[in-house]
Amino acid sequence: MADILYKIALFLVLMSTVGFILFIIRQEKRFFRWSYKILFVGFIFHTLFLVHQYYTLGTAPVISLKSTLSFFSWCIIGVYLLYQIRFGLMVLGSFITPIASILMIISIAIPGVEYTVKPMLKSAWLIVHVGTIFIGDALFVITFAAAIMYLIQERHIKKKTRGSFYVRLPSLETLDSINYHSLIYGFPFLTLGMISGAIYAQYALGSYWRWDPKEVWSLITWLAYAVLLHERLAVGWRGRRAALMSIICFCILLFTFFVGSLWLSDYHSFGNLGSLIR
Amino acid sequence: MTVKIVNIGMNHESAPVELRECMANSRESSALALSCMRESEWIREGLFLSTCNRVEAIYTTDYPEEAKKTILSMFSRLGNISEEKFISNIYIYEDSEALKHIFRVTSSLDSMVVGEPQILGQIKEAYRQAAGIEKTTGVILNRLMHRAFHVAKRVKTETGISEAAVSVSFAAVELAKKIYYGLEGKKVLLVGAGEMAELAARHLMGNGIESLIVANRSFDKAVQIADLFKGKAVFFEEIKTYLLEVDIVITSTSSMDYVISYDMVRDFLRKRRNHPLFFIDIAVPRDVDPRVNDLENVYLYNIDELKEVVEENTVKRKEEALKAERIVQEEVIRFEKWLKTLDVVPTITALKDKIESIRSNEIEKSLPALGELTPSQIRAIESLTVSLAEKIMNDPIVVLKGKADGKSRDIYIDITRKLFNLDKDDKNA
Repeated sequence: MADILYKIALFLVLMSTVGFILFIIRQEKRFFRWSYKILFVGFIFHTLFLVHQYYTLGTAPVISLKSTLSFFSWCIIGVYLLYQIRFGLMVLGSFITPIASILMIISIAIPGVEYTVKPMLKSAWLIVHVGTIFIGDALFVITFAAAIMYLIQERHIKKKTRGSFYVRLPSLETLDSINYHSLIYGFPFLTLGMISGAIYAQYALGSYWRWDPKEVWSLITWLAYAVLLHERLAVGWRGRRAALMSIICFCILLFTFFVGSLWLSDYHSFGNLGSLIR
Repeated sequence: MTVKIVNIGMNHESAPVELRECMANSRESSALALSCMRESEWIREGLFLSTCNRVEAIYTTDYPEEAKKTILSMFSRLGNISEEKFISNIYIYEDSEALKHIFRVTSSLDSMVVGEPQILGQIKEAYRQAAGIEKTTGVILNRLMHRAFHVAKRVKTETGISEAAVSVSFAAVELAKKIYYGLEGKKVLLVGAGEMAELAARHLMGNGIESLIVANRSFDKAVQIADLFKGKAVFFEEIKTYLLEVDIVITSTSSMDYVISYDMVRDFLRKRRNHPLFFIDIAVPRDVDPRVNDLENVYLYNIDELKEVVEENTVKRKEEALKAERIVQEEVIRFEKWLKTLDVVPTITALKDKIESIRSNEIEKSLPALGELTPSQIRAIESLTVSLAEKIMNDPIVVLKGKADGKSRDIYIDITRKLFNLDKDDKNA
């Protein structure tokens, strides 16, 4: 049942990704309209899948890399849909849906293993911790996409080449403000995620901070975004510099997520989640 | 006898401005023209359009020669000039040529600035006046104008004809829109007061720019231009101060050296908190140090680079224009197809065909249910249904034939086609 829901969701998201890519190539609005609708339906199926997982596992489906990637892509699509409603920037979908699709494909490619869920993972704190972190991360995906779009568009204008992206991408000011807004919304979520993680650790493991590599790298990520936010607000960074910095920040975030989760980490690693309590 | 659709007019290519001016483009003159068309016994339906770039009379008639004379004398009365003076400046299109011309005009393919959006609104207004107030249009022109609006919409959505900017000042506006979210609330600094700079400023103001500051070596001239745009004139030496607060700078001085240097702009950037700054340098020799473009959040386009944009766009527009002409051609063919059905004979034939097909279908369906019948019984049923069908059709056909020449003929035909659903296979036409 869960399997079918996920496959339907994946199929719909892939379809809408193709549509969004066609939209950016052909620039015909009908491609966007259909892709957007399909994506929305795919999102509903994905939501149903997650709800189903929640009830069968008894906790948020975020305790293996497989399920976490699926949850992450759900957050990305959710945030994108909200952005679309709020800002109506159609071309954003052409950049966001491929990212979400890739994550979903990786997730389905990872073989599922049976594991028993430790009682300490059946906690509301897990949901708060992981939920806020990933909403923050999804917003940073938007920051990242807007930064890439900004750099492409700026290059076209500066070099006076006006390639095919020039007509398709919105103005620099628009892209910069998307970058800025997703940053100022994403940062509090990341912060909340880290605070709730610390509380959760205190309550479940007895200490706020255990110098686990993933904790350290998360802190580094947080600091990087804090620097970017500070430079933007206090120094007046904008445009190219802010875009470059948000790309660097996003690379750190990816490193933290993949490397931190898979190899370096002690108890945050998905492999060890089962053996959490010694 | 088939009805003719005729279009007599003059546009920016065929007639000089003095002549177009004569046909004053006021509502009263349109009303006059329309009432003249309504009262003429030679003209069935009429529409009159007059803008600063064109005058067009579109009408349907069964008597082309007489109708033409009527229209020409109306033009002459409207402009208060004799026919000889403008006869060489007008064009006369008939039937498919007229359709094509009307579709092209509505889609802004015949405009001075191809793709400009105003013309559609002007035609809609002219149509509203003709159809709604003066009641000079009928079945054909109503349909024709609705098709024309549809063609304009298709051309707008299916081709990029209205997108490409084809003048230097349009190109500057287009670039500004790729830098700023919108031009509302942005400030422009005009350095120098050339004609080209003035034009660029005019286009920017037309796109929502909030305020304009003019700096010029001769302060008089600065005040003059500032007044023109309700802007503010400042001394040439004050440029530095205003670089802090403006978003777009247009330079066009005759200075031999750079008026705006690299160091000058760099120093201001931090104070501006890196707000983007767009320089449009129209001057030759250049006014802005080209290295300024290397600064972060500063964009500089000089006249040659703007011309490049224009050239690219001109090429693009030509391709798009071809696409648009194809759409027009397509729609002309469709409309002509519909027009042909407006004749009495094809309508009667279509009506007969339809009823005969209903009759034979029903016979086919019912015969098996009647069981074993002798050949003579079958013949009796056949002749019963045939005469039933013929009796039903008889009166409508008599009316249609009787109206074959009358003014209301098109209406009867149109209604017949609608009542009996004779155009069902061609909804688009």
